[in-house]
Parts: sequence; structure tokens; C-alpha cells
Amino acid sequence: MDTSKIVVEATGLTKVYGSKTAVDNISFAVDRGEIFGFLGPNGAGKTTTVLMMLGLTEPSAGRVEVMGLDPRFASIKVKQMVGYLPENVGFYGDLTGRQNLLYVARLNGLTDKVSHDRIDQALDAVGLKDEGDKRAAAYSRGMRQRLGIAELLIREPDIVFLDEPTLGLDPDGINRMISLIQSLSLERNMTVLLSSHQLHQVQRICHRVGIMIKGKLVAVGTIDELAKEKLGVEQDTFTLEEIYMKYFKEA
Amino acid sequence: MRGMWVIYRKELADHFSSNRFVILFALITMVSLITTFMVGTSLKKELEGIARPSLVFMMLFTSTGDLFSLAQFIAFFGPLIGLVLGFDAINRERINGTLSKLAAQPIYRDAIINGKFMAGVVTIKIMLLSIVLLISGLGLFTLGVTPGPEEVGRVLIYLVISIFYISFWLGVAILFSIFFRNIATSALAAIALWIFFSFFVTFGASLAANALVPIDQNQGADAERLFAHAQVQKAVSLLSPMKLYSDATSTILDPMRKTTRSLILIGPMERVSMDRFNRPLPLGQSILVVFPYIVFLILITLICFAISYLAFMRQEIRSG
Repeated sequence: MDTSKIVVEATGLTKVYGSKTAVDNISFAVDRGEIFGFLGPNGAGKTTTVLMMLGLTEPSAGRVEVMGLDPRFASIKVKQMVGYLPENVGFYGDLTGRQNLLYVARLNGLTDKVSHDRIDQALDAVGLKDEGDKRAAAYSRGMRQRLGIAELLIREPDIVFLDEPTLGLDPDGINRMISLIQSLSLERNMTVLLSSHQLHQVQRICHRVGIMIKGKLVAVGTIDELAKEKLGVEQDTFTLEEIYMKYFKEA
Repeated sequence: MRGMWVIYRKELADHFSSNRFVILFALITMVSLITTFMVGTSLKKELEGIARPSLVFMMLFTSTGDLFSLAQFIAFFGPLIGLVLGFDAINRERINGTLSKLAAQPIYRDAIINGKFMAGVVTIKIMLLSIVLLISGLGLFTLGVTPGPEEVGRVLIYLVISIFYISFWLGVAILFSIFFRNIATSALAAIALWIFFSFFVTFGASLAANALVPIDQNQGADAERLFAHAQVQKAVSLLSPMKLYSDATSTILDPMRKTTRSLILIGPMERVSMDRFNRPLPLGQSILVVFPYIVFLILITLICFAISYLAFMRQEIRSG
């Protein structure tokens, strides 16, 4: 594999909180332009891993490199290249959606003129064109998640980390979210890392997945590879859920 | 730097458009204006027909009128301004889920807390400056006396000390908003501290003095003991920033006060000499008297902010 393709690389990454090991010696690499999914139950250490990749939490051991930089020492540079959509992304309820986006644009050093154009385009892209001037407190959950994507579009990062982007959405919301995530990868050439435990959706969009259980990364690979390894099937008669449950029981 | 300015601008806008600011400001303005008006009219009546004493303008702030003096009101009520502006600074962002998003932007983490603290301090500055200007304006109107340069200087120094004093309480509130994840808890803790310092330290001071240097009422007062007793009492009560502040400002506002010590702590000969030169202290000398107080007040404000800063930098950013 051509190493210059790798945008995120973790080696022996570990995070210990007191006596609990949240992330246990995991190693993986994500290639440019890929959609990589972290799967695993709640509390498996997915969010902690993402926070370490952003430099918001210090690893207890091991290292992670984002575009060849260590987020601990080059946190501003890394955060310029990486967009992060936290689980339950929050907005300032008193401000309108548009004002929320403007605040983020300013924090990223965009001039107001540039950001107004980008905000219009981004709101259009996520289907919130008519809701942009409503207070964010009035937004539904799905709208908030889409506003979160709009925020990423404005920042135009190279890599995006999405933490549980489809959690708590209705089926229509999930579909819109999935196609938005796909468009980040296809139309804007962003590398996407997402964490989720909703396997069905992950199966639809992720090129490769990593299965995380109790802080350990038990498997990494394309869904076909994992299926071959665990279920021994060649045909597409499996679901990701079957593979996942197999790993889960073993762990 | 850029991140700090953006956050500062947003926080400032938030403060000025928030309901709590409007309510607080209206309340303080109203009380100040009513007090000034009452004090002003009664002063005017008393001054009628007699030679005008020097520095009469300062009496606007220090004479108690029917209820309390303005200086007392700010000393007691000022902390609330700081507390209200800061008690949910960090934990509201955490609960809203905006803190992790904010921390993921390409800004240094300290920009968040610096921006918030600065916005709070500037809000306090604007608030106090406008209140003092209003009071002075109304004072001019009711008293019909223009303040001289020395009086203006005294009011300005009073303003600076008050800004530091209220900023100290802002620092306390922000510190609590970092330590307590729950907004109600941090508000209650801050108010508890405020009440503790405004009422209980005074009781505590006399308790400590009685315990350490008990005075037997029947035996009559031994001057040495009385002195020690008063000294302990004062030392303990100075633990309260409120006491620190009111001692400092009363000396600045009232040029006839030449020391922050209570009467009992002034030696007899010293008192004789003070009485002999019974003239107001010049501004420079007043400042000299309270200089340690001012330094200490600035110091605790800075320490409080430093603790908040360190606590915030070391804290996990996770939401929830």
C-alpha cells in the first residue's frame, strides 16, 4: 500500500481512565477518500478514540498521526484539517441556525463575506434553506444533525469525524444523513471516519470497518473480508449484523 | 488570539441581550438612582445655610440616608453581578453539547475561558461605569455641587477597585461552572459562598477572637488584651473579600478616614495626633492607606482566574 495515501494512522493507541482501560492498544490506518466505520457497542471506546485523534484527549500510550502530524503537539493544524461532528451536536438555542454557522465560520478565521456565501450553499446542500433563520432551539433532532453537517461543509476540512451521526433519527432522517455523508466523500473528496452501532446503515456506506469491543479493535477490513473470515461465505447473503455478533460473542 | 476575540464578541453580545442582564441592570440602576436621590436631597437640606464642607460630593456615596449608602449597596450586591454573569459559563456549554464542538475548532483551548472571562469583565466595566455616571449626574442635579479633580479621582479609583472586586466574583462563578457539571449546583454554591462571606465571616471573626483571646467582662479591660482581641477579629474578617473591599473603598471615598483600623486599634497618642490635624487626607495618602487592600484584592482575583484556567485546561472535554 502506498503510505502517502494514509491520512490517519494509530499505533498502539491506549487510553486509561483510572482503573478502566477505555481504549486498549489499538492500531489502524485510514486511507484518503475512504469512508471508515468504527462499529461497537456503547462504551467501547469509539468516542475516546475520536477525541484522541483530535488532540482533545491525551493518549496514555501509543500515538496517532493525522495527515502526518501528532495532534498533541500540532493541535491547531490538525483541527484546521479535521471537522468533528460530536454525538448529540449542540447549538446555541438563542441564535438562529445561520448565526450558529457564522460563529463557527468566524472561529475558523473566515471573513464574513466568504462565510455568508458558504453558509447559503451549505444550508442549501443539507436542505435547511428555509429554516436557516429559525432559532436553533426550535430545530428537530434531524435538523440539528444536518446543521452539524452544514458546519462541516463551511469549514471544508480534509477529514471529518462523525460520532454516531444517525443516532436517534427517524428513517427518513437516517436516509438523508446517509446520503449527505456519502456526498461528503464523493463530491467533496473528504475522508470520513464515522462511529456507529447501527450496523445496517454502516454496511450501506462504509468501505472498510473496524469492530471495537471493550476498548479493543478486534477486526479491521472491508465487510467482504470480514464475512469471509468469520462466516466463510463468498456470496452477499450475509449481513454485517451476523459478522458483528460473531465477534461480539467471542470477545 | 483570533479565537479569543470571536468568543469574546459572542459572549459580550450574549450578556447584553440576555434577560438576566437586563433585570440585574434595571434593579441596580433603580436602587442606585433612588438612593442617590434620597441621599442627595437630604444632604442638600442639611447643607442649607451652612458653609459647604470640602469634598461634599463624596458624601453622595458614603452617607447612609434612610437605608444604606451606595458604597454599602455595591459592596453587598456587587458580587451578585459577577455571579450571575459567570455561574453557567462553562457547564452550560457542556450540557448543550457545544463545548466539544467549540474545542474542536482550530483555536487554543484557553481562548474559550479567556474570551468568556474578558467578556464578563467588560460587561462589569460598562455596567459600573454607567451606574457611577448616572449617580454623578443625578448628584450634580440634586446637590448642585460640581466635583473637583480630587473627587473625580476618588470616584475613578473607587470604580477600579469595584471592577476588580466584582471580577473576583466573576472568577469564582466561572470556577464553579468548571467544577460543577450541573448549572443549579454551581449557582447555589456560588450564592452560598457569597452569603457566607457577607454574613458569617463577621460572626466567625468575633468567635475566633473570643476563642483565641477571651476577654473577661468582669475583670475589666486590659488594654493589651483588648488590642489583641481586636487584632484577631480584624485578621479573620479580612479573609472575606467583602470586608477587604468595603474597608478599601470607604477610605477612598471618605477622605476623613485616615486608617482602615477600627477605633480600638488606634493608640491614644495616635488619636490625639489625628485629631490635631483634623483635615481631609489628600488622595495620594488615602491610596497609600488602602494600597495593600487593593493589591490583595487584585491578587485574589488573579489567583481565582488562574485556578479556573488550570482546571479548565486539564479537564476532559467530553460532553455529558
